[in-house]
Amino acid sequence: MRTARATEMSRFGILALAVFAVACAPSAPKGAQRAGGGATSDVAIAAQKTYVAPGDLDEYYMFSSGGHSGQVYVYGVPSMRHLSTIPVYTPYPATGYGFDDESKKMLGDLTWGDVHHPSLSETNGDYDGRWLFVNEMNGRLARIDLRDFKTKQIIGPIPNVSGNHASAFVTPNSEYSVMASRFSIPIPKGTVAGVDKYATDYKGVITGIKIDPKSGEMSFGWQIVMPPFDYDLGDAGKKVSNGYVFFTSYNTEKATGKLEVTSTQKDRDYIAMVDWKLAEKSAAEGKGKMIGGVKVLDPKEIPGLVYFLPCGKSPHGVDVAPDGNWIVGSGKLQGVTTVFNMEKIQTAIKNKNFTGDEDGIPVLKYEDIKDAEVTVGLGPLHTQFGPDNWAYTSLFVDSAIAKWKLGTWEVVDKAPMSYSIGHLSAAEGDTVSPDGKYLVGLNKLSHGRHLSVGPSQPESSQLVDISEEKMKLIYDAFTEPEPHYAQIIKADKVKPIEVYPKEENKHPYAVWDVKDAGVTRNGNKVLVKMVAVRSTLTPTDFEVKAGDEVTIAVTNIEQTTDELHGFGLLDYNINIVVDPGETKQVTFKAKKSGVFPFYCTNFCSALHQEMQGYFIVR
Amino acid sequence: MRDFLKRANAFLDAPLDLGPRVLVLCAALALIPTFTSPLYTMTMFAPQYPEGLRLYIYSYKLVGGNNGQDIPEINVLNHYIGMRDLVSEEFGEFKWMPFVIGGFSLLFLRTLVMGKMTHLVDSLVLFVYFGVFALWSFGYKMWSYGHNLAPTAAVKVEPFMPPMYGYKQLANFEVYNYPAVGSYALGASAFLLVMAFFLAARRARQAPSA
Repeated sequence: MRTARATEMSRFGILALAVFAVACAPSAPKGAQRAGGGATSDVAIAAQKTYVAPGDLDEYYMFSSGGHSGQVYVYGVPSMRHLSTIPVYTPYPATGYGFDDESKKMLGDLTWGDVHHPSLSETNGDYDGRWLFVNEMNGRLARIDLRDFKTKQIIGPIPNVSGNHASAFVTPNSEYSVMASRFSIPIPKGTVAGVDKYATDYKGVITGIKIDPKSGEMSFGWQIVMPPFDYDLGDAGKKVSNGYVFFTSYNTEKATGKLEVTSTQKDRDYIAMVDWKLAEKSAAEGKGKMIGGVKVLDPKEIPGLVYFLPCGKSPHGVDVAPDGNWIVGSGKLQGVTTVFNMEKIQTAIKNKNFTGDEDGIPVLKYEDIKDAEVTVGLGPLHTQFGPDNWAYTSLFVDSAIAKWKLGTWEVVDKAPMSYSIGHLSAAEGDTVSPDGKYLVGLNKLSHGRHLSVGPSQPESSQLVDISEEKMKLIYDAFTEPEPHYAQIIKADKVKPIEVYPKEENKHPYAVWDVKDAGVTRNGNKVLVKMVAVRSTLTPTDFEVKAGDEVTIAVTNIEQTTDELHGFGLLDYNINIVVDPGETKQVTFKAKKSGVFPFYCTNFCSALHQEMQGYFIVR
Repeated sequence: MRDFLKRANAFLDAPLDLGPRVLVLCAALALIPTFTSPLYTMTMFAPQYPEGLRLYIYSYKLVGGNNGQDIPEINVLNHYIGMRDLVSEEFGEFKWMPFVIGGFSLLFLRTLVMGKMTHLVDSLVLFVYFGVFALWSFGYKMWSYGHNLAPTAAVKVEPFMPPMYGYKQLANFEVYNYPAVGSYALGASAFLLVMAFFLAARRARQAPSA
């Protein structure tokens, strides 16, 4: 009886303890107010600041990298509306990109690319709205013309560069866009050496891609062979630091294997400071030796070409402040961001205050060249700028943005981000004259902030109002994977055309009158000059013989905004979209015989459905 | 009767004073804008065309709005209802109209120099005739564009007459047609001639008694 009672008592006791424990364990972190948790905002203010009424236009364009989607996404700020997708490294059936002869040739054998850092062209260190350069990891760079928002050129894969992550940062007058290896390899490509030879046989490579000031055409400029570190991010100097470009590096341990351990042993890694004007001069003088088909400069042989600035620990972003004198390096595995002073760097170089060298590259003394260590928070990655010496640093581990002041080094505010912010982008925030106003945090995780779409989740890009003393989160946007960096440019700097003017069309097969459309044969080659205009594709039908090589050149003779026409050919995997005034050409072998309908894919007019015809292969 | 004819002859022989001659000169000068400005403008709005499509008709050419692009656009739209293309070649008026207007300014200058009532009456009568003819010709052109529709048209519409002055809703389009600077210049020129005539006539009637 007593035992039974004791058991009962102890049972009750355990139950009470459990209830007590449940009551003690909080269900949400401190400060969380929403079901989903994470950052919140004042709804009324946020709504007013971000609402762009129907028919009204946004104040800024944001060009956001699409990561391994291979694309660039265009958003309006502050509405955060997705305005358009610019296909760069990946076929995009919506605009026929990667299907017509020209874009297919531009893509080459690679049909994916990992886009990272969009870089708007600059004049005197300010965005000029002409071009956008974007890198991708397979050692390529692309130029998008902002006159028509189209990819115009892809250069590369550039020899010797491997894992082109620290790119496409342009110099202040768009003289160069740079590239660098994140994954050092034995060069030239194709050379084989085991990882046991990593420290000696593997090389990092930094490259300058020359940009034609008039046409924007990119060409190989110069290349520098570097110690086998992992070159991660970069930024070109401006004003007092113009002439240099800075690259962070991790794994200065030259380690291999499990890098999360082996490459994180040193307290400091390096920022490489490259004198690109000297590189340009040395290349012009014919210095360097041929590796992989290009001349490669060796810093050992060219004093002053590269210096190493020690920066703790495993630095990610290096960002040059608007005045050009402060260079902000963020060690991602620590709680501080280091601010270097260009004048101090130059004095140290003049006095040869080096602590040693790495493969012949002088290493400067940390204490000599730094102005401050700013305690921004955990996991600092990137810094953008506002007017009046304000700086904003993204904190991956803290999942927040720190606002601090250059000069006083005081951290004045922190805004939580949902979640795990990577890059951040302030309005013209990496130029000589940042606008302030808006800042977008480009987050890696978004869980719980949106309607569930299954395990493959979108990323979140959060808009922060930085016009006042306190930063305010004002909008959550969900972006296509995966935004790395983005740049925000004042809308009136970009002046796109609405249609391609007829006079500019120099395509050899362009025809502007339905009467001139038709089919011509030369041996087994068939050329179809086709006219697209509301609501007929002329010729409406044509025949070829099986095995013929068929070229179809479609000219959209419209000159009216938004009157696009498509040409989709069933069963032949052919899909092109032709803008008003444009001619696009597709060449293919007529392998299968039969009757194949073609039609206009881009809805154009009341008789769009009737815009169809037959391709007959006998 | 004889007396009337005699008086009429005397009236027609009456010399023009300074006032009427200045007005005739102004009438000649008033024709200048017809070479630099359109006679007529057509403006069409539809939901898809919030900025409107515009057509400017000069005495010698057709000009489309939006750097000329509005004419092919209007033609593309009109082909669905079987309307003929608007092309300068279809307008025979463009071949003679500027020369006729030039001729009128010479005729007015001749009146100014010769300086008799008879010259002024010639100018006025011929000019009014020209004005009425041009108006009819233009109206007929509009009528025939709206009525000679291809029987094979994709969209069948009732033959229609576009507005000569003012607004009309045609399918999804609000159409606004108005005379433009050139036409007002022609009107002003005619008005100046009429003014000159009345001024001269009053002077001529006063002259015999004086």
